[in-house]
Amino acid sequence: MAPATQPRKFAGMSGAAAITALCVVAAAAALPLLLSTYQVELATEILIFGLLAMSIDILAGFAGLTSLGHGAIFGVSSYVVVYANAQWGLPPLAGVALGVAAATMVAGLFGLLAVRTSGVYFLLLTLALGMIVWGICLRWTAVTGGENGLRGDVRPAWMASHRAFYWAVLAAASLASYAMWRLVRSPFGMSLRGIRDSDSRMRSLGYNVPLHLLIGFTLSGLFAGFAGALYAMYNNFVSPSTVALAQSVEGVLMMIAGGVGTLFGGFVGAAAIIALENVVSAYTERWPMVLGGCFILIMILAPEGIIGKLRAVLARRLA
Amino acid sequence: MNGRKLDRRQFLKTSSAALAAAGTGFAPRSRAFAQTGPIKVGLLAPLTGVVASGGKEMVEGVQFYLDQIKSEIAGRKVELVIEDDASNPDTALQKARRLVEQGNCHFLIGNLLANTGLAVANYVKGTGTPYFIPIIAADDLTQRQRIKNVIRVAGYTASEFTHPLGDWALKQGFRKIATISQDYTFGHEQCGGLAQVFTEGGGEIVQQFWHPLNTADFSPYLGQLADLKLDAIFAMETGADSTRFIQQYASFGLKANTPLLAAMNGTDQSVIRTLGEECDGIISPAHFAEGSDNPVTQTFVGDYQAKYGKIPSLYGFSMYSGIMWVAQALEKIGGRVEDRDALIDTVLKTELTGSPLGKTVKLDAYGNPIYDVYIRKVVKRPDGKYLNVPMTSYPNVSQFWSYDPETYMKQPPYSRSFQGIKKA
Repeated sequence: MAPATQPRKFAGMSGAAAITALCVVAAAAALPLLLSTYQVELATEILIFGLLAMSIDILAGFAGLTSLGHGAIFGVSSYVVVYANAQWGLPPLAGVALGVAAATMVAGLFGLLAVRTSGVYFLLLTLALGMIVWGICLRWTAVTGGENGLRGDVRPAWMASHRAFYWAVLAAASLASYAMWRLVRSPFGMSLRGIRDSDSRMRSLGYNVPLHLLIGFTLSGLFAGFAGALYAMYNNFVSPSTVALAQSVEGVLMMIAGGVGTLFGGFVGAAAIIALENVVSAYTERWPMVLGGCFILIMILAPEGIIGKLRAVLARRLA
Repeated sequence: MNGRKLDRRQFLKTSSAALAAAGTGFAPRSRAFAQTGPIKVGLLAPLTGVVASGGKEMVEGVQFYLDQIKSEIAGRKVELVIEDDASNPDTALQKARRLVEQGNCHFLIGNLLANTGLAVANYVKGTGTPYFIPIIAADDLTQRQRIKNVIRVAGYTASEFTHPLGDWALKQGFRKIATISQDYTFGHEQCGGLAQVFTEGGGEIVQQFWHPLNTADFSPYLGQLADLKLDAIFAMETGADSTRFIQQYASFGLKANTPLLAAMNGTDQSVIRTLGEECDGIISPAHFAEGSDNPVTQTFVGDYQAKYGKIPSLYGFSMYSGIMWVAQALEKIGGRVEDRDALIDTVLKTELTGSPLGKTVKLDAYGNPIYDVYIRKVVKRPDGKYLNVPMTSYPNVSQFWSYDPETYMKQPPYSRSFQGIKKA
């Protein structure tokens, strides 16, 4: 939090934070000039999955609820975007709006059922809800194309090149992460933190805890859906593996690797995992094993995640 | 196997070093150099995940052929880059991107599961990269949703062989058949092919059972099948499901009373290799029969067995013949693999000779091969191994059977709800 003496703020950020944010975005925007097309595509994927990880972090880091259903919410949006494009021929932006709306609705529904539980029950309930979505996508062949999935031409022509699409996703991701950042620092975000730390105290202070959590869940689903819509544009294709449990788990792992409650750790975690996947899989078919080993190491050496660890180290140096 | 891994690692090491050294981002320049460089082949195969064993045989098939031609086509070296699609469409898509954009592969070949193939096909539609699919059987890729640069060299559509099987069943005097199949598109399409021809010829599909992939216990289905008083049963199973179905079919005593017709993948070597007499006598339709007495087929089977210690499966055979097809087309255009349009046109026009089928094969106007289809029977060889041996054959069968392509493609694709069954 900015010290009280700080006279000026830019869009809610202290001067130093605003400059850092600008530098990071500028550096990210310059990346395509240095990278090969394939690497630009990977960077795009990192941004998209970073958003998913951040959306999970809104709940996990600030409300203390880890969801294993966000991959499904993400995928619902992808499905709706591709379906709207392939079956109804809607323009991409309308498709994205529809996809995000659908994901938000699904998240609201999940939230209604899940927010009254916590801890491992919340985990299992969101997992089960996600599995239902996966089952529907797999079996409702007439609409979802079954295990073959749906194909479309979602990406608009002006975004066809790798760089143009990357910049578009970067702009979208910057806006969305700024919105998420504002959300967790708003009075609403503060009350989520209060609930995380002690829901009984918040209750006795007169806060409507389930309503706060429901709104938190729905908003987090909205952002997951936004990431899913971008993913639909990225792949022009969606299949049940996009809504599968593995997708939710990957999102959670990215968030944990980056650092729970750090929000922007999502991008770092996504970058670490996607880069690792791609580098290691070039050398061995057993890359999931290497990935597993890395997670174990992160859990032992830096349970607070990469960003969390960096912050702790920096704080110690400065102190 | 070891040689392959070393080669691939070496390639990736050198290529990533080169990329790093070049400061990256200069893909177009390196492409210009490639005119005289090696022909780069991107092979996508599921080396992990549910169908990994099939994926390994796909790689063997390609390598077996490349070894025979000493990795050289029209005087140019062939460089094979293998990527694992993990039996997952999202991964397949990412790996296809890597092969095309980072590996600068001239064409892609492979994939096993229909969903991985459809994902990659949708991607190459945008890039124009030639993509060859000797295993992917999804009907519509060479029918209603054809993409010009996606060609099914040495492959087949799911319903291509079950059409003649339906006709053969009628000729045996069968009138009542039930089908049991894995509940996904590949199964829907194979059953649909049989059901349409069989019912149009006066047969009756008494009932159709769809079960989830990886069904451990078939007893609920077998119990019902036993009660239906059928002339024959058609089973569309792959992999471990097929093994279990054939075993349980025999142990429930159905084998003694009702003939079993199977999809070609159901009695593929990858399945019956591990089975004993319970697979004896099962009928299936296919273009390839490892037990054929054709001398070319015999040589292929013998050489393959000598090298890999097993009788080749559909996967090994199809990838071997598929890469051979592309190689023959490349020989014709002097190895100019960079000229994509010429490559695609030449492949479409090339008639494959010298394949293990022992006869010439050509493609129809939609990029799908026309075969002589065998009706095969599983027979025990003197050394105790089981083989698919041809009993009779249907010459020149296309993916449209006897139907007019235009009319045929006006009917919906086969699905769980549309099986082409003619109402009596």
